[in-house]
Amino acid sequence: MESMLNVTNLSISFGGLRAVSGFNLDIKKGQLYGLIGPNGAGKTTVFNLLTGVYKPDEGIIKLDGKDITGGKTIDINKAGIARTFQNIRLFSQMSVLDNVKVGLHNHHHYNTIEGILRLPRYRKVEKEMDEQAMELLKVFELQDHADYLASNLPYGQQRKLEIARALATDPKLLLLDEPAAGMNPNETQELMDTIRFVRDKFDMTILLIEHDMKLVSGICEELTVLNFGKVLVQGVTSDVLNDPQVITAYLGE
Amino acid sequence: MKKMKINKTTKNNLITYGMVLAVYLLVELFIAGGKVSSLMQGLLVPLCVYVILAVSLNLVVGILGELSLGHAGFMCVGAFSSAFFSKCMNGVMPDGLRFFCALLIGAAVAALFGFIIGIPVLRLKGDYLAIVTLAFGEIIKNLINVFFIGRDADGFHFSMKDSISLKLQEGGEIIMNGPQGINGTPHDSTFTIGIILVLLTLFIVLNLVHSRDGRAIMSIRDNRIAAESVGINITKYKLMAFIISAALAGTAGVLYAHNLATLTALPKNFGYNQSIMILVFVVLGGIGNIRGSVIAAVVLTLLPELLRGLNDYRMLIYAIVLIVMMLLNWSPKALELRERYSPKRLLAKRKEAKEAK
Amino acid sequence: MSFVSYLINGISLGSVYAIIALGYTMVYGIAKMLNFAHGDIIMVGGYIALTAMNAWGVNPILAVVLAVIFCTILGVVIERVAYRPLRKAASPLAVLITAIGVSYLLQNVALLIFGADTKSFTSVVSVPSLVLAGGSLIISGETIVTIVACMVIMICLTLFINKTKAGQAMLAVSEDKGAAQLMGINVNGTIALTFAIGSALAAIAAVLLCSAYPSLTPYTGAMPGIKAFVAAVFGGIGSVPGALIGGLLLGVIEILGKAYISSQMADAIVFAVLIIVLLVKPTGLLGKQIQEKV
Repeated sequence: MESMLNVTNLSISFGGLRAVSGFNLDIKKGQLYGLIGPNGAGKTTVFNLLTGVYKPDEGIIKLDGKDITGGKTIDINKAGIARTFQNIRLFSQMSVLDNVKVGLHNHHHYNTIEGILRLPRYRKVEKEMDEQAMELLKVFELQDHADYLASNLPYGQQRKLEIARALATDPKLLLLDEPAAGMNPNETQELMDTIRFVRDKFDMTILLIEHDMKLVSGICEELTVLNFGKVLVQGVTSDVLNDPQVITAYLGE
Repeated sequence: MKKMKINKTTKNNLITYGMVLAVYLLVELFIAGGKVSSLMQGLLVPLCVYVILAVSLNLVVGILGELSLGHAGFMCVGAFSSAFFSKCMNGVMPDGLRFFCALLIGAAVAALFGFIIGIPVLRLKGDYLAIVTLAFGEIIKNLINVFFIGRDADGFHFSMKDSISLKLQEGGEIIMNGPQGINGTPHDSTFTIGIILVLLTLFIVLNLVHSRDGRAIMSIRDNRIAAESVGINITKYKLMAFIISAALAGTAGVLYAHNLATLTALPKNFGYNQSIMILVFVVLGGIGNIRGSVIAAVVLTLLPELLRGLNDYRMLIYAIVLIVMMLLNWSPKALELRERYSPKRLLAKRKEAKEAK
Repeated sequence: MSFVSYLINGISLGSVYAIIALGYTMVYGIAKMLNFAHGDIIMVGGYIALTAMNAWGVNPILAVVLAVIFCTILGVVIERVAYRPLRKAASPLAVLITAIGVSYLLQNVALLIFGADTKSFTSVVSVPSLVLAGGSLIISGETIVTIVACMVIMICLTLFINKTKAGQAMLAVSEDKGAAQLMGINVNGTIALTFAIGSALAAIAAVLLCSAYPSLTPYTGAMPGIKAFVAAVFGGIGSVPGALIGGLLLGVIEILGKAYISSQMADAIVFAVLIIVLLVKPTGLLGKQIQEKV
């Protein structure tokens, strides 16, 4: 299998603290991959490095064979990585539909003048965007809430909307930062089905950070365990979760 | 469902345009009937100027979500650049064409300044940005007051000292005279032109907000980091909002300049006080609410004039009204009380009680 | 010699800016709001001192004390009535606009009571001028008193913030209101205290400013207010030493700019320097750099 994301020797420090060091990762196309580890292990920092929020001190990040190390966030998004955030970041004062349409921004074009004068291309492109956005909302069963302000959605649906918005940018790799945080067991179960569905329908490669072991063992094919900024164990999910080192890292000596 | 939403925004926009047109027709009717005092007639063009300023500032404050305290500066460059042009071209080209060119020039020069001021905007946030925009506005006003430009057979002369150092030949004419400003700009502005420009401003801003670019600008306001993560070019859209807003303010400046015999840059018309006044319209009308800006600008411009009978007390009353309106509209406690005792809710309650029976 | 004399004048003006800027910076640090009416408190302080001396025949020191007391009460009342209800408002702009309303209100009340004409202010300073270098350098009593007053205020304030319980409470509230409340700190009381101190300082600044530039109108406070605000941002808003450095630099730049470049363009120069400083250091000279967490 070809690799979608290949990271070698990724490191960054903040004021002398090595937040992530010597991090390696290889994710195959179409894989559902989990990044786990205790709080403060550096998981979100890895996401921020992958998406260009932070520039790595050293290391190489390759997406689908292309070197994207040190790129700007928007260029990395254009190259094909989209993400969600641990603390939900929606466009809260915009409608649910418009949130997704912002995600579609770079795939549908008309210029400012056409937009202001509402020329035919504006109408045509807006119609396409509406249709495509509704399509995505349907995947997450949000189509009936398209007119709502994003901030008025219940928590679980806000998380789904964030995924829908990320998918709208048509990524090759989707990064989900604790997608099940704050969800009850039923919602989590539903979310697992949705993530699987997204992978199959969009042929997506997914890397997710999660604390919910039920979700991780339920859907992730492979795992990397991060501890103190370093890779502790890597491999097939069942092996990793039974590794004594991992149990120690989580539960302490 | 989806169609309804589009209809709703279109309907909303139509109400705004309709409101402006209705006011225009009413005023024209009253004028024809001789019911409008000359004092009130003198206010009509300034009213249009303030509405344009408020709507254009709302683009930066409400839609982009950045605080700007230098909006009067854009109006100032628009006013002076266009007045300069009109004075030079007076009699050279037909009046209508000249004023049209003046409008384009005022807007273009203000847009250029919007671009220049937009650059620090990319680095600064919140109150720091506010103070920089305020500083830019003050610098512009200050510089205009030391510019002396004259013209004679040799062409243009320029000085930053006084009009004598221009060394104009016999028959030369001072166009811009430092603190005395520009004298004798042709009086091109009319209420009708003002209303047309108001409608144009509304058209541009409302349509921009509901377009691809408008969504990008609003996404930056709501969450910059998320906007970047979905590939929105922050630099481009922040600058776009600033430039369009500045160009519209420049247009307001053109309208303002061509309504006055003498154009001077005083703290009163182009200082930070003016910028703050425009901000007051925006906040009171509702941040991000374009129609609210129009209404607030009209009401607050007319209020001191309507209170003119009270003479000494009018600005005092204005200040108190401003404070009380802010407290009533924004204080969480007042909002809670309003919610509890709102007629809509009381009605709904009564209906509920009835149905329960 | 003239350069030294300009420099001293600049430091003197800067000291006044610094005292006013302290009011801005403390209020900003704690209530996270720009108190646009702060400059007008200066004007009120000026009128109170003037009335006390001229109409009531009170001696200058007592007049200053009266002005300080009046402004302190005024500051606390304004906070209670106009700002506190909006502290939790949905937009931080709400309280800013209200502050603008308060500014108009103070100006117009003063206009009604004292009229629009310029009143000449009698200096409260009786310290003799200092003649140096054989008469070629004269430092006025006002200048000496202003600079000394600024230094004393700075030292007292720093000690107050660092050594007293109330001062520590201020620091805590400025860091995190919620956490401070959980620790049993009276947040409302602390914010009121901050307004009281800021307004008292404004009254002192008023007397010093009017003694050096003895003319008073209802709009006297506006421009020094804005300049002091610039000084506070310059030094890094929220920082006490920043207010001192910002104020002094601003005063010196303004006076030297007036003397050597152009008197009409002094304000433009001040603002241009501010913009350059902020472009290089976006949170001012001593401001904290806050990294947004993703």
